Amino acid sequence: MAEGMTWSVLDGDKLTQAEIYGQVLTQLGATNPRLVAMTADLAKSTKIGAFGDKYPDRFINMGIAENSLFGVAAGLAMAGWKPVVSTFAVFAALRSAEQVRTDICYQNLDVKIIATHAGISFGQAGSTHHCTEDIAVMRSFANMTVIVPADGIETGNAVVAAMDHPGPVYIRIGRGFEPPVNTTKDYGFQIGKAVTMKDGKDVTLITCGVCVGQAMRAAKVLETQGLSVRVINMHTIKPIDRDIIIKAVVETRRIITVEEHNTMGGLGSAVGEVIVESGKACAFRKLGVPDAFAIVGYPEDLYNHYKFDADGIIEAVGALMKKEIEEDENWDDET
Amino acid sequence: MPLTAEEIKTMQQKAKDIRKSIVDITFTAGGGHIGGSLSQTDILVALYYRYMNIDPKNPRKEDRDRMILSKGHGGLGWAAVLGEKGYFDKALLKNFNKTGSPFGMHLDSLKVPGCDASTGSLGHGLAIAVGMAIGAKKLKQSWRTYCVMGDGECCEGSVWEAAIIGAFHKLDNLTAFVDRNRLMIDGPTEDITQLDSMDDKFKAFGWEVLHVDGHDFTALGGAIEKAMAIKDKPTVIICDTVKGKCVDFMENEYKWHYGGLDSDMRDKAYTCIDTYYDKVGG
Ligand SMILES: Cc1ncc(C[n+]2csc(CCOP(=O)(O)OP(=O)(O)O)c2C)c(N)n1
Repeated sequence: MAEGMTWSVLDGDKLTQAEIYGQVLTQLGATNPRLVAMTADLAKSTKIGAFGDKYPDRFINMGIAENSLFGVAAGLAMAGWKPVVSTFAVFAALRSAEQVRTDICYQNLDVKIIATHAGISFGQAGSTHHCTEDIAVMRSFANMTVIVPADGIETGNAVVAAMDHPGPVYIRIGRGFEPPVNTTKDYGFQIGKAVTMKDGKDVTLITCGVCVGQAMRAAKVLETQGLSVRVINMHTIKPIDRDIIIKAVVETRRIITVEEHNTMGGLGSAVGEVIVESGKACAFRKLGVPDAFAIVGYPEDLYNHYKFDADGIIEAVGALMKKEIEEDENWDDET
Repeated sequence: MPLTAEEIKTMQQKAKDIRKSIVDITFTAGGGHIGGSLSQTDILVALYYRYMNIDPKNPRKEDRDRMILSKGHGGLGWAAVLGEKGYFDKALLKNFNKTGSPFGMHLDSLKVPGCDASTGSLGHGLAIAVGMAIGAKKLKQSWRTYCVMGDGECCEGSVWEAAIIGAFHKLDNLTAFVDRNRLMIDGPTEDITQLDSMDDKFKAFGWEVLHVDGHDFTALGGAIEKAMAIKDKPTVIICDTVKGKCVDFMENEYKWHYGGLDSDMRDKAYTCIDTYYDKVGG
């Protein structure tokens, strides 16, 4: 993290990811005179409006026009500004996908996108507002970095790190309050370096976003049943931390990914690609929203419905532990 | 034929019941897009209670007139209308927003009878409506397509792409409405961007433009009838409306775009609605 790029938020453990984001961005405004914040009629909902209240001259509300939101951001970046853009994930990743890809990523512009209401965190709003596709879409854009912070504290860290990271960055956060998993911001957050939240040797849960908290709760329960569960917070989906995945394959031989996203194309697919390329088989399962438009409901009900809350993870671990895997100490023959 | 005094009276009564139902759903759902639901109500009531050829008992009848609520967040208010019309049991609306319910904030055409298109992402509806209208013409069918948009929604470029092609195809079987309440989420439309003069914009795009008070049934009825008679181009009826209409503490308050009500506020809202209709009749 660059000198002077620090942040602090009072009562951070009680705030939503978006609330912390709004405050941190506003703090960054003081030391980054070229930072310009942009939205499309979602200043309040995404909390980017906090920056606008403090720096009205460096804030552009486009009205409800997402395609131009990202096009104008590209233009501002070319004119020497550092645009930070916020809207709901579904509009950033799907409606404006081509502006993000072609105007921003293709030209490798320094635009930071902080997308809120991702996954099924706005479950009651229905499929037009759910977004279980954005990780898949964004990670397929060359030059794009994709981060899914686990909680508010990590959101603050990710926003600060993104400012210092050249090129386009997509940070995906939720809508409401979720209990934090980090107690301090000083755990050495680094883009591309996953965090081992808990060590273990029988099975590894690789997860991101709100699912990190669910995985930690599941791991605690499983521990009482005599299982040693490793939990990895894969906050950066791209570039993915290959070493930590291969280490988990070698050491635990059983891996479950957990994400608030379609099980196709997201974290699970990204982890699976690394495992397959390692040449070593392991028992593997992906939890998340199956390939379907999610039903309507409160997020916590939906996490339960689609079985990727703590209960669902416990069930999946139970099933995976029953799977036979080949005993093999010799890794050299297969890589 | 202009609306009779009797018809207007019925519409006022229906609008009153529907506004109360909107308040009620907002209360039980734990929150909702109440401001824009209240501003669009009279437009929907005029269409559903007089002009649209529909059969709530046969929601997919082939020659029905189509309704696309392009401002899909008005789904709460639209559901209140569909429930009142008998498309489904009104009691189901108690489950609005609840887990597993067919009713999310934005209506789903696969789950809600009477909903012809799933909307909620702004700026999609007019293109869908244009497609329906072209489709009807090519099939030589006489049903009409109605599309209701928000004014903030008209920031979306896709609205204007659809407007261009709608004029090119001379879609006189398409009537669009803009619920011109002059507010979006973050504030007044003209403080954020420039939507005025909307009349001139649509005229320049080749549309017939009518501009009415969106809470006056005589004016709304007159415009809808005029639109039916216009040949060789689509019509847009720009409706001056009040966001939060009839509930005094919500009227023209952009913060009431989305909100929740406790039982006190709900009762106050009911009283406001009664007072309003005591004055205008209904
Ligand atoms: C493409 C898209 N962008 C943003 C939103 C979020 N959103 C929901 S309602 C709304 C404001 C709508 O304002 P307006 O069209 O004027 O509707 P009304 O005032 O009648 O409620 C916004 C920005 C959305 N639903 N779709």
